[in-house]
Amino acid sequence: MIPAAFDYQVAESADHAIALLGEHGDESKLLAGGHSLVPMMKFRLATPTMVIDVGRLDDLRYIRAENGHVAIGALTRHHELENSDVLADACPMLKHVASLVGDPSVRHRGTLGGTLAHSDPASDLPAAVLALGGTLVAQGPSGTREIAANEFFTGYFESVLAPDEMLTEIRVPSGTGGWNYQKFNRRAQDWAIVGVGVADGGKGVSLVNMGSVPLRATAVEEALAGGASAADAAALAAEGTEPPTDLNADADYRGHLARTLVLRALTEAGVS
Amino acid sequence: MSVIGSRLLRKEDPKLLTGEGKYIDDIQVAGQLWMGMVRSTQAHAAIASVDLSAALEQPGVVAAYSGKDLTEGYWIAPLPCAWPVTPDMLNPPHYPVAVDEARYVGDIVAVVLAESRYEAADAVEHVVVEYEPLPVVASLTDAVADEKLAHPELGTNKAYTWAIDENPDGVQAALDGSAHKVEATYIQQRLIPSAMEPRGVLAVPSPHGGDITLYSATQVPHILRVMVAATTGIPEQMIRVIAPAVGGGFGAKLNINADEILAVALAQKLGKPVRWTETRTEAAGSTTHGRGQEQHVEIGSDADGKITAIRVKIDADMGAYMQLITPGTPLLGSFLYHGVYEAPAFSFTCEGFFTNKTPTDAYRGAGRPEASYAIERAMDMLAAEVGIDPAEIRRRNYINGGEKFENWDNPAGLTFDSGHYTPNLDLALDLAKYDELRAEQARRREAGESKQLGIGLCTYVEICGLAPSRALGDLGYGAGGWEHATVRMLPTGKVEVVSGSTPHGQGHETSWSMIVADKMGIDPADVTVLHSDTALSPLGLDTYGSRSLAVGGVAIAMAVDKLIDKCKALAAHQLEASVDDIVLEDGNLQVAGSPDTATPIQTMGFAAFTAHDLPEGMEPNLNEAVTYDPPNFAFPFGTHVCVVEVDEDTGEVEMIDYVAVDDCGQQINPLIVEGQVHGGVVQGVAQALWEDAVYDADGNPLNPSFMDYLVPSAAEVPNIRTDSTTTTSTSNPLGVKGVGEAGTIGSAAAAVNAVVDALSHHGVRDMAMPATPQRVWRTIDAAKNGGQA
Amino acid sequence: MEVQITINGTTHTSEVEPRTLLVHHIRDDLGLTGTNVGCDTSSCGACTIHIDGQSAKSCTLLAVQANGADLTTIEGMASGDGLHPMQQAFMENHGLQCGYCTPGMVMAATSFLNENADPSEAEVREGLEGNLCRCTGYHNIVKSVLDCASKGA
Repeated sequence: MIPAAFDYQVAESADHAIALLGEHGDESKLLAGGHSLVPMMKFRLATPTMVIDVGRLDDLRYIRAENGHVAIGALTRHHELENSDVLADACPMLKHVASLVGDPSVRHRGTLGGTLAHSDPASDLPAAVLALGGTLVAQGPSGTREIAANEFFTGYFESVLAPDEMLTEIRVPSGTGGWNYQKFNRRAQDWAIVGVGVADGGKGVSLVNMGSVPLRATAVEEALAGGASAADAAALAAEGTEPPTDLNADADYRGHLARTLVLRALTEAGVS
Repeated sequence: MSVIGSRLLRKEDPKLLTGEGKYIDDIQVAGQLWMGMVRSTQAHAAIASVDLSAALEQPGVVAAYSGKDLTEGYWIAPLPCAWPVTPDMLNPPHYPVAVDEARYVGDIVAVVLAESRYEAADAVEHVVVEYEPLPVVASLTDAVADEKLAHPELGTNKAYTWAIDENPDGVQAALDGSAHKVEATYIQQRLIPSAMEPRGVLAVPSPHGGDITLYSATQVPHILRVMVAATTGIPEQMIRVIAPAVGGGFGAKLNINADEILAVALAQKLGKPVRWTETRTEAAGSTTHGRGQEQHVEIGSDADGKITAIRVKIDADMGAYMQLITPGTPLLGSFLYHGVYEAPAFSFTCEGFFTNKTPTDAYRGAGRPEASYAIERAMDMLAAEVGIDPAEIRRRNYINGGEKFENWDNPAGLTFDSGHYTPNLDLALDLAKYDELRAEQARRREAGESKQLGIGLCTYVEICGLAPSRALGDLGYGAGGWEHATVRMLPTGKVEVVSGSTPHGQGHETSWSMIVADKMGIDPADVTVLHSDTALSPLGLDTYGSRSLAVGGVAIAMAVDKLIDKCKALAAHQLEASVDDIVLEDGNLQVAGSPDTATPIQTMGFAAFTAHDLPEGMEPNLNEAVTYDPPNFAFPFGTHVCVVEVDEDTGEVEMIDYVAVDDCGQQINPLIVEGQVHGGVVQGVAQALWEDAVYDADGNPLNPSFMDYLVPSAAEVPNIRTDSTTTTSTSNPLGVKGVGEAGTIGSAAAAVNAVVDALSHHGVRDMAMPATPQRVWRTIDAAKNGGQA
Repeated sequence: MEVQITINGTTHTSEVEPRTLLVHHIRDDLGLTGTNVGCDTSSCGACTIHIDGQSAKSCTLLAVQANGADLTTIEGMASGDGLHPMQQAFMENHGLQCGYCTPGMVMAATSFLNENADPSEAEVREGLEGNLCRCTGYHNIVKSVLDCASKGA
């Protein structure tokens, strides 16, 4: 399995990367850690003619506690998240979820910005950022814009990012309020069959692999906000979702898992 | 100190640990061309056209061929099936590249040759094949229905019917008269063998000399050599086959593959080395699969649970073609469907069917795990029916009442060499703390906990030491089952062993050295083992069916004995004593009772080499060979206990303990024995819980990758606790049995029995493999709430 | 394009196609064939090496991504004095059979111990989740890693 041929350029800065994107258009792809893109290229499911390597933009590798939130450079690797003292204090959920992605070798290379931009509904970190109510900072030719995580994902492997934009920073609110993450899979290294993120005592509840995008479990959130018990709220976990059917689980079983795991997550998060 | 039975560290390891070991893809030769396979995307289709023109224009491309281009001048016979199990078995010709029809997704329809790995991969993308779809036989159900045909020209999907059924009326009467009866259908899902090293091949011709060297990641270099000659028409003596370091086989490298024949034929034609390494996707979709059976089992017992009759009918999925031993693979289990139990009435029938799927063939255990699974699942169901503990029903039915026996004639016509089942069971139950587990299980049930405990037993028996040549002949197998060994002492006293059996991870170099060292009283480090190259080791029948030790190891022991006898004759001449008075003690030859005459046996090498003073009639050099044909198979056995937790809320199964007590007769190196058991157990449990090669209704493989075909990792399995009993084999002078497949044979049943056991209080009696969370949860839901299982 | 990669202390300057996978560069261009390829999907870990001291799957990286990096492969583990302690532990605990997954296992295990010097059995198992082995059932691999850790190497 070998990628089709392409041209390659190292981006010297975010501005440079964006200029290159503008120059090469739809046929170009940003390469960060490469752990989503390269496998797709090996199967020739992705055949960009220009690969722009942003993996060397070390100025986008940082985790900083700022005013009420943690700012994370888009090129920050999962391994850095899972070992971050800043996150341990300010956002332990993100630190924990990072430690569940793929396997250690994957976490050494994969980046937070890359996984968010990839917009895989089965990925852990997008769901975590979603539950946390994070904000994504995108830079384009005309400057930067902030995108709320729950407005970012638009479809299967699709986001609101324009072809000439790149993520530069991810912000998650500081807070250690009741949180939990449930990842249900058959092998440790695999994507979640269903995953559930609970943040801030149940104010944010997200679902992994329950549709074509990472989802907020809005029915659960609203029920909790309206005073429902965790058990009653969890029963609504699959409301409004269209979960996929694959070799591991059909839609119906995914619905059951979502309800079961939401209850577990809420309970573990101290929501009763 | 005896070397045999010690935990000697492996000689193989330093090379393999440092990257010095050379696997097939590590061997590069100048001027080599890379093959790229164009594979059918259709499960069954007429090949309307193959357009190679664009591929031929790609950079680095040297040649490209469709099946039609290769119909003349490349081979003289189709790929071989060595095991026509019945005289009238259907076996449609199977050529390396499909000509008119593609018969499974992955069937080769064209091949390109390019100067690099990358260029070959690119060129494949530029071959345009037009298909005209034909009806697809996508399942055994389709195949048995016989409406759609995998090979329309045959008029049927059924390839053969094979039976051990001498007294059908007697079996029927015994079943009818049984106080208890269990009838069940078990599905042996298709498995992808998944050796970590993908297969690969490199054919290096000598355009002027005419000879050719074929490197292949194969378990069977010797068989490959014969078959390359028979298939391509190249004179056999001009063919040298080398299996370099081989990264696991598990049966999937026990074959004669299209790529091997293609590489040889194209290398010969072009006068250039031709190579290929399969991708994992190709390995998963195009190299042979294992299992693929539906087993219909009936078992009857008297009121106390004593078996009265066993009747088994199997439908076996051959896949699209008969590979080397495809038709015989399910029959390797046929003799074992009564397990370790006495069965007064016994009947077995197997029907083989073609489907438009990847060919099946041997996979670790080949037929025996399937048999063991069926009888051991059925015994648990019978125990539930009779209302006794699974351990108890086994005790009541063991051969010879569980007492030690030798040379017991089984109902399928074989003679079990030896067995002693009750102590083996007792040891396993003791190690597992069976009674405590049952108490904990009762407690959790009583408390209605969401995580229920399940304890699964399996007492298996298996057939090792394939095989007595005469027995193979009776089964219609196209080769013998002997093994060859040569042992020579070099002038400096070091010893070289030439092994006909060929390792791919089993540690032959270590074990063979131990046998030699033990017998000669020398340091195992003074022994080197040569193997896996037909020029070094011209005679051999290779490694499969747990045969290496019980046949090849015995051959080595016998050759060493011959060598020692010659050394004794030489020493007797030197010491002017009678050969009958010469003894070998601690590596020294001496006149019995006269330690002052002690002469290191290793000095005989130089004496025999110089040949200055040999006894009258003795040939120079020390080089003794034996070809050993075993008189009987060997029948190892054991008890496995699997303990699982089943989360009733999600259906998740977690294996929390595993005990394996195996009896493989005399052990040469317990370290290696345990390693074989560990790996085998996880492979069998993988069938029970994770692995399943799934196809859709159009015959498309849905999970030909390690991303979707779930080979478990360290994170999914617990430690495997092992112990052993030792009941020596009567089949060979070493008393050895074999252990390469034992783990796999005992473990799938133990694991599924554990899952079912965890849920038995809900009335659950069976669980299909793999016991996925979804399947388990559905079963629980159905049992508790009347939902659809 | 030209890449300069240091492997096991030796710096190699080579011309590669941008699409060249790092594992193929290491194996086919530089002849260090100890690093193996076992799958197409980053699942098996047979190709695991160290990049700047951390385990990485070299089948999922482009050679150009490693330009300027410091790599260690299995060939760089043993020294003149003998096997690396992890290799020694694998040998002493029969942590390998066919050996194909072994280089990747050793590289993953050493990287893991660098990050967790005193792991529990469960942590070792989780730490090796990205490396598949078909021969050993992992029992002796886990034992090897724990043994190596206990010797503090």
